[in-house]
Amino acid sequence: MSEILRTEGVCRYFGGLKAVEDVSMQVNSGDIFGIIGPNGAGKTTFFNVCSGIYKPTKGKVIFCGQDISDLSQESISRAGVGRTFQTTQLFQFMSVLENVKIGCHMGTKTKLVDAIFHTKTYKEDEAFAEEKAVETLRKAGLEQYANTLAGNLPYGIQRRVEIARSLASDPKILMLDEPAAGMNRLETDALRDFVEELNSQGQTILLIEHDMKFVMNCCNRIMVLNFGKKICEGSPDYVSNNKEVQTAYFGSGTFGKEAAKYAEN
Amino acid sequence: MNRLKEYVKKNQKMILILILAFAVVFPLLGFEKSTIRIFCRILMYMTLAGSLNITNGYSGQTSLGHAGFFCVGAYTAAIITTRFEVSFWPIMILAGIFAAVVGLIISVPTIRLKGIYLSIITLGASEVIRILALNWQSLTGGSFGIKGIPRPVFFGFEFDSPLKFYYLFLGIALIFLFVSHRVINSRVGRSWMSIRENELAAKSLGVECSAAKMMNFAFGAFWAGIIGAVYAVYVQYIDSAVFTLDEGFNIMSMVIIGGQGTLVGPLVGSVVVNGLTEVLRPIGVWRFVMYAALIIVMMWFRPQGLMGASNSILAGGKVKMKATGKAKRKETTP
Ligand SMILES: Nc1ncnc2c1ncn2[C@@H]1O[C@H](COP(=O)(O)OP(=O)(O)OP(=O)(O)O)[C@@H](O)[C@H]1O
Ligand SMILES: [Mg+2]
Repeated sequence: MSEILRTEGVCRYFGGLKAVEDVSMQVNSGDIFGIIGPNGAGKTTFFNVCSGIYKPTKGKVIFCGQDISDLSQESISRAGVGRTFQTTQLFQFMSVLENVKIGCHMGTKTKLVDAIFHTKTYKEDEAFAEEKAVETLRKAGLEQYANTLAGNLPYGIQRRVEIARSLASDPKILMLDEPAAGMNRLETDALRDFVEELNSQGQTILLIEHDMKFVMNCCNRIMVLNFGKKICEGSPDYVSNNKEVQTAYFGSGTFGKEAAKYAEN
Repeated sequence: MNRLKEYVKKNQKMILILILAFAVVFPLLGFEKSTIRIFCRILMYMTLAGSLNITNGYSGQTSLGHAGFFCVGAYTAAIITTRFEVSFWPIMILAGIFAAVVGLIISVPTIRLKGIYLSIITLGASEVIRILALNWQSLTGGSFGIKGIPRPVFFGFEFDSPLKFYYLFLGIALIFLFVSHRVINSRVGRSWMSIRENELAAKSLGVECSAAKMMNFAFGAFWAGIIGAVYAVYVQYIDSAVFTLDEGFNIMSMVIIGGQGTLVGPLVGSVVVNGLTEVLRPIGVWRFVMYAALIIVMMWFRPQGLMGASNSILAGGKVKMKATGKAKRKETTP
């Protein structure tokens, strides 16, 4: 199994706040890699560093053998990092189909001149985008929403649209930030099936999720963050039996209480 | 209203041909020269406001300096045609290209900026261009402007009356609309709109936002340059006083009132604003108060403008409200 994404001692500070502190990890091709941790543990910040929204304060992010730590967000996306956001970032006023069509941006290359003269490139690209978008929607089970405005959809469907949009760009790694947030049990299970199906087709996935059932059943590798630091990494079994994780996280009750307890020790 | 929209959509081609036929025949109905001049102005501003709409309406970057590009185009044509014996047409294209290059240069510092900061840079750039035109005496004639700009000739056919210019302005507006329509409905246009709707998401999908914004600026500026060149040979005399910020705001008022993010919007805007200018002439300067009031009312009730893109962030984020309204209506009908 080849390495897709690797981080080496990644830190990200906001002033005095160490949101991410010395995190090293590695995602291999074909993984469903889960990141868990209490609220404010730095999961999203870690994602943002990997996808170029923030530059790492220290450390390196290596994607497919290339150091992407200093690349712009666009360049990282173009290198093959696809992602969704914790608060969905859809083109709310566009139809679902249009959303996914913009996801085809990287797969097409029409320039101004092509568009004006309707060159072969333009025609091929339009046909490709249309076909790809429809196919992606079918794959994501969203056909019936193709012409609905994305902003009008229920929350759970919006999350799915965001995944579909990212998929349309054929990312080498798909990063999902809390994909099941706001979904009911049924939707969550359907999402899990979807994620697993994608994975079985060879899609490498990195995801953040609070839903333990989801993470434990879906992921083959899990990393636990707490107060910005990696406290554990391994298989679902290993992680759920890890003492440190239990104190930080699972022990009992809510995350906040447990996190506080961990901080005291 | 919805039925009307559907009807328009169904018979789009026919309606377009009818409007076009009307536009061609209309000025022949024996109007005064001065009236034809008003029609010329309306057509000119259709392209000018339309080109600003490319930036403000489609990529969502509020530029306030459109008069600057207009100025560049007009002076380019005026300077070259008064000094050299050359055909106007290649110069017109050159004026467009020159304005586009200026647009590209201005867009460089703006790509890192957003909102009000970007607007202020475009505003400043527009003034810098005007002041250059005012003070670069040897090239631009300074405050005397440039006189005696020769009229364009097309294969022996001289554009020497407002009526002929009417058709020239009409032709340019049509070409502009045709080209823009194609660009907007392509990957390029989609990338512009994706930036307008959600830049963070656009970037995550690999849209090169900086390049797309620069291209967008240059494209809008190109058409402002073209129309500037035609303006120069139409009025035959230009001076820098025409290209003040007021002019920039005038163009912008058409985009705001007519509507942003649609190709029709600025056309309507030009008709409304220029029409009002004529109708309200008797009340003198007070008409500017009317414009201001109109803009405020518009921003309040319909931020995207009369015919603007209601399905866009320009409409002020009202998607949810409208949706529930619609859903309710649907529930009650059966
Ligand atoms: N742009 C920023 N500026 C300052 N502080 C930030 C910024 N982004 C995140 N933080 C802080 O960094 C810490 C980690 O935040 P982050 O969003 O990464 O947590 P998270 O693990 O994703 O939490 P959640 O489960 O609630 O999504 C938090 O304390 C947060 O307040
Ligand atoms: Mg988060």
